[in-house]
Amino acid sequence: MSLEYLILLKAELQICLLIFFLLLLKITRTIPNEKLLPLIQLLLLANFVGGCFYNQSGDLFDGMFVSNKLIHLQKHILSLAVYLISLLFSGWFRRCLHLTEFFVLMLSALLGMYFLLSSGNLLIFYLSLELATIPIAAMANFELTRKRSAEAAMKLISSAAFSSGILLFGISLIYGTTGSIRFPEIPLLLDGSALQVMAFVFLVTAFAFKLSIVPFHLWTADVYEGSPAAVTAFLSVVSKGVIAFAFLTFLYKVFQPFNSIWYHILMLLSILTIVAGNLFALRQQNMKRFLAFSSIAQVGFIVVAMMGKSVESITAITYFVLIYVFSNLAAFGVMEIVAQHTGNENRNALKGLYKSNPLLSWVLALAMFSLAGIPPTAGFFGKLILITAGASTASYGFIIFVALNLVVSLYYYLLVVKNIFMDDAIEPLEKIPISGSAKLGLVVCAAGILLVGIFSWIYDYIAEQV
Amino acid sequence: MAFHPCRYIVLLMNVSLFLWVPLATALFLLLIRNIQLVRVVALVGSVIQAFLCIFLYFMYLNERARIGDAFMYFEQQFNWFPSLGISYHVGVDGISIAMMLLTSFVVIAGVLMSWRVEKMTREFFFLLILLSLGAYGFFLSLDLFLLFFFLEVAVIPKYLLIGIWGSGNRKHSANKLALMLMMGSALILVGILGLYFLSGKPGFDITQLKATDVPEKVQQVCFPLLFIGFGVFTALFPFHTWVPDGHSSAPTAGSMFLAGISMKLGGYGCLRVACFLLPLGAKAFAEPIIILSTIAIIYGAFATMMQKDLKYLNAYSSISHCGFVLLGLGMLTQTAYTGAVLQMVSHGLMTALFFAVIGMIYERTHTRNISEMGGLLKVMPMASVLLIIVGMCSLGLPGLSGFVAEMTIFTGAWQNNAILPRVATVLACMSIVVTAVYILRAVGTVVMGPLKDKYQSLRDMVWYEKGAAFVLLLGILIMGVAPGWLVALIKPATQLIMQKIQQP
Repeated sequence: MSLEYLILLKAELQICLLIFFLLLLKITRTIPNEKLLPLIQLLLLANFVGGCFYNQSGDLFDGMFVSNKLIHLQKHILSLAVYLISLLFSGWFRRCLHLTEFFVLMLSALLGMYFLLSSGNLLIFYLSLELATIPIAAMANFELTRKRSAEAAMKLISSAAFSSGILLFGISLIYGTTGSIRFPEIPLLLDGSALQVMAFVFLVTAFAFKLSIVPFHLWTADVYEGSPAAVTAFLSVVSKGVIAFAFLTFLYKVFQPFNSIWYHILMLLSILTIVAGNLFALRQQNMKRFLAFSSIAQVGFIVVAMMGKSVESITAITYFVLIYVFSNLAAFGVMEIVAQHTGNENRNALKGLYKSNPLLSWVLALAMFSLAGIPPTAGFFGKLILITAGASTASYGFIIFVALNLVVSLYYYLLVVKNIFMDDAIEPLEKIPISGSAKLGLVVCAAGILLVGIFSWIYDYIAEQV
Repeated sequence: MAFHPCRYIVLLMNVSLFLWVPLATALFLLLIRNIQLVRVVALVGSVIQAFLCIFLYFMYLNERARIGDAFMYFEQQFNWFPSLGISYHVGVDGISIAMMLLTSFVVIAGVLMSWRVEKMTREFFFLLILLSLGAYGFFLSLDLFLLFFFLEVAVIPKYLLIGIWGSGNRKHSANKLALMLMMGSALILVGILGLYFLSGKPGFDITQLKATDVPEKVQQVCFPLLFIGFGVFTALFPFHTWVPDGHSSAPTAGSMFLAGISMKLGGYGCLRVACFLLPLGAKAFAEPIIILSTIAIIYGAFATMMQKDLKYLNAYSSISHCGFVLLGLGMLTQTAYTGAVLQMVSHGLMTALFFAVIGMIYERTHTRNISEMGGLLKVMPMASVLLIIVGMCSLGLPGLSGFVAEMTIFTGAWQNNAILPRVATVLACMSIVVTAVYILRAVGTVVMGPLKDKYQSLRDMVWYEKGAAFVLLLGILIMGVAPGWLVALIKPATQLIMQKIQQP
């Protein structure tokens, strides 16, 4: 293997190094969590920074592994998300019994996701999808003493396994009818036969499951509620982000000839997803379930953007996932801090938060505004650019429907803001102590929410890579 | 000759200053520890902004003398999202300057009236200045995306102002306001996207769109979307239901800003975006607009007669007066358009003053119920006289701004000699009688008559209330007695708009 190959695999090799280093550390010495956590955060920061240099494009292993500028950017966004997760949930991490194992699992899932983004044929695609999913099921069960965690993990692994089965069936049908598993060749060999369309539907089903698109979303709320918050954040932000990116490659590169078919599928799915996500989120009292359904609604908007033309859609969705990373992680971070301190995962725990904890309140309020799409937060730009990308080929009625759903989603995000600023606390809340790294994470997320939108060179930078 | 030295300063006129000053004020506010200093900084910031607006007016006259008629003056354009055709494009014309002058006066008055706010003072002034930033940006924008951005920036401060510092059923009113305004914004968004994709050349720029001939089919769909969307902000019937609760539950400065400026955002949007860029749509939908605005005028007036609460009285009266704006827009004559803009300015000043006086009265009597008050002229002569003056302005007494605006609208409306506009004009004129009824009855009950014992010891206006009232009253009197300069300011801009409308 020449140096060139190693550089192409740089991101993956970095993660592998991290995993082995952590394993060695665990085997050879026992380090208390207080010292281990900052070390892990530093390593993840180094991983993020390392992703900025020496990015090269090319193919490896006869087209199995593909790398280009856009893929590097997407991997970079994911590594940023993982770093922020390690910062924001430090309270939970410090108390976690098997910290090294947790991060080994998380980094293995991340490795799978990196390979998923770089996959060049259906086989490596399936393999990396499995690698990306199974460790998360183990992570979901990490609070070993809670029954809810076990339930969440069981639900996740069994529904993931089922959807994998359907995915495999679809893949085998594609191979059977086209004779090829390589992404560049498949669009040339597609002939629109019924068997191929059915295989395509199976593949879309697998993506829809992972993205929590209605009606494949039924696992989402329970898994999000039962898992520890760090895992929920990872699932909702990183996992969804990577599947969205992979779905894009799938639709625009591999199944480009089926454009007219998947357009209508996506329209139907987006309508269902947005409506169900909004309606269910209105009723949720548990914070994690609330964020679960809100992320379902966000995914609905992402699917709207997927209906547009390839260049604008890919740029819009990549941009939106970056903004979604900041907003959602900020929301999860604050909610976890409050829930840990008050022992109450209900939205009522947030009442009157502003009087004692201004930093937490403002960050959560900013996150809510960004998720709702209010300027000057980045969420406004993200949502608007998503809708613009999707509107290029849509009808007036559909866009009016999507825009009016923005109003519905605003209502439930404002419920949280109302709880923080306008309601009085049920029991008096004192100032919640936040660790330094969590504060850093919150500040970075807040800065991201405020600045990523207005400073538009990020969007143009993404547009160039496409 | 007096403007000679200004010729060099004009080169420095940077309209983005109007965005930097409030932004700097707002951010600076957050860093200050001392609460009294917070108030002073907010006041200083808004006064600086007002002086800048007056300065801008003189610079505009200069520039007009120099280069003659142009669509926009002091334009600035920077690329923002070049791949989407979005740019930071700002500029002013006569209408923008008039609206910005209005905004600056109302903001000064609002800051002064809120001097004694104790609860979370810093956040209150921060949100107020942020709100004004949204308004200034909206009036300056020449790019539809930027316009939408500033329109939306204002929604959350309004929600928080009503929800945290309001009174009565504040949480419900705040929710209703936020959701209905967002619904309007959603419709505007669809209209803007329709223009972006279907106008022939994809772009969000107003100057570019004004030069393109948007296809008629597109106009027929986008115009109602845009007009209704902006109309929600201006209490177009039947989307006016957020106004009574929203204005009444808001704190005094919030009500002043909401009724004074926020409702004008809609009117300005209707004029600049809907009527100007989509002239065929404006002509096609003129009749429904006239009908809906007449309903708003008459329904608003009659509903006001029923109100027992002073703030609700003013809120419904605002629905009625803003109906005049939309009526003027529906008449499609030059004078009517000029009248619509004049009514926006006049009503803004007037209703802000009205809410300010109501705030003063409420703070002292702790009731807004008209029947519980009486004889306040004996203990609060200054405030009572102000109430009388503002009431007279509302019913259009000559010498005050209300007369100028309404007269212009009626003259312009009469010039349109089709049947429906004539009937509408007559009906709208008759609503002035209804206005007189409710104003005279309410003001009379509050100000004259026997004084209740519990009100014997009320104080008259304090310095900050006098300041706020002075600022607004100055505007009303100038506009009422010498409106020539204002009409000369607005007319060229409306002339340009009429030219585009009467083109094909």
